[in-house]
Amino acid sequence: MCLAIPARVIELEDEDIAVVAIEGVKKKISTALLEEVAVGDYVLIHVGYALHKLSPEEAARTLELMAEAGVLHEELAELREGAA
Amino acid sequence: MKYIDEFRDPGLARKLAESIAAEAAPDRHYYLMEFCGGHTHAIFRYGVQDLMPENVSFVHGPGCPVCVLPVRRLDDAVELAERHGVILCTYGDMMRVPGTKQRSLIRAKADGADVRMVYSTVDALKVARENPEREVVFFAIGFETTTPPTAVAILQAEAEGLTNFSVFCNHVLTPAAIGHVLGSPDPRDLEKVRIDGFLGPSHVSAVIGSKPYEAGAELYRKPVVIAGFEPLDVMQSVLMLIRQINEGRYEVENQYTRVVTREGNRKAQALVDKVMERRDAFEWRGLGTVPDSALKIRDCYAAFDAEKRFEVSEKASREVKSCECPAILRGAKKPTDCKLFGTVCTPENPMGSCMVSSEGACAAYWSYGRFREPDKSKEAAA
Repeated sequence: MCLAIPARVIELEDEDIAVVAIEGVKKKISTALLEEVAVGDYVLIHVGYALHKLSPEEAARTLELMAEAGVLHEELAELREGAA
Repeated sequence: MKYIDEFRDPGLARKLAESIAAEAAPDRHYYLMEFCGGHTHAIFRYGVQDLMPENVSFVHGPGCPVCVLPVRRLDDAVELAERHGVILCTYGDMMRVPGTKQRSLIRAKADGADVRMVYSTVDALKVARENPEREVVFFAIGFETTTPPTAVAILQAEAEGLTNFSVFCNHVLTPAAIGHVLGSPDPRDLEKVRIDGFLGPSHVSAVIGSKPYEAGAELYRKPVVIAGFEPLDVMQSVLMLIRQINEGRYEVENQYTRVVTREGNRKAQALVDKVMERRDAFEWRGLGTVPDSALKIRDCYAAFDAEKRFEVSEKASREVKSCECPAILRGAKKPTDCKLFGTVCTPENPMGSCMVSSEGACAAYWSYGRFREPDKSKEAAA
């Protein structure tokens, strides 16, 4: 539950809502906790909220590591469930 | 067992292991508490303990949100769903935690209570919008990473005039728990728990910053190094802690500068502060009553506070007898010291919270099979 997953912002919707993409999963998330978010930014997602901005390199590394540790699958499944 | 070639950069891991072995003074032992369950997970998954010299040990901390919630609060949530007939929304991790008499939310649901697993507070708000005739309660648990989303949900509900939405708030604070572990150890543990320094949590610190740890580090004279959650981050942080201990320093250092700043995420902090304030005290499983360690909803948002809107009965809550979760959460015992571990208590049929959550120490021991291999595999580091 404490894990946060990196994702790329692909679209900005209404106030504080963005669409992010991770490994082929698209998901609406809240950006209410960040000051400024732009399309193309990488953000750390935790329970449906962007917590922090990340560099693209850090995002790629983190995703790779999560896949390696076997937790990426679990997190993506959670995201998909919540995507309804 | 996982070996060094699984590291992102095995060469760097080897070098760090060598530096740690070279700098750890042979005439003493280093006990380092990793507060966060995410770190416990990384340490086990990558066999980081095996890369440490004999005199450097990890003590697993209470940083698992599901694990530290006292049975009483879980029983209250079950009662909200069963007696008050609310739609109770909760994060998935909470569903299988056994309460008094093994009563979990998933059992309550099987018996007809309306308990719904949500991924986000955004989903809980949606449930409230779609069911205007029902009361919808979000069962909020977690450390400082999950608190801002709860605050945002309350503000959103207020803005929309959603009067059927409320929050059962159980958010807890990391620096208070660290202070308690150091300052008020359980009298039963005095001989058992020794901590020389802390690995501070990654994402919690992204929100609160490194500053809130400074007072505790100074007061208790224990170093804190905020560590990223990669195994290499953990190893580098261990080296930083050993250096501080050797030099008699007790500072808050930040290894995870890629994400964590001293000030943290100020916008998130301001949102939380707007909606919540500190409780005088809160009960933690394992740690007991800890002053100033949790948040409650401010009076001006009382309309969204499930504790004010619903009465829960005074009842006797009980831990499962002989479950060692409380002592494990204090770092006083290891999962293998519990007679239920791996026998009647497994992830499929958990008796205690430390086995339910993947961040729990028991689940980590179970998943990575370390309890079957008590001997250290030194050759991995050679």
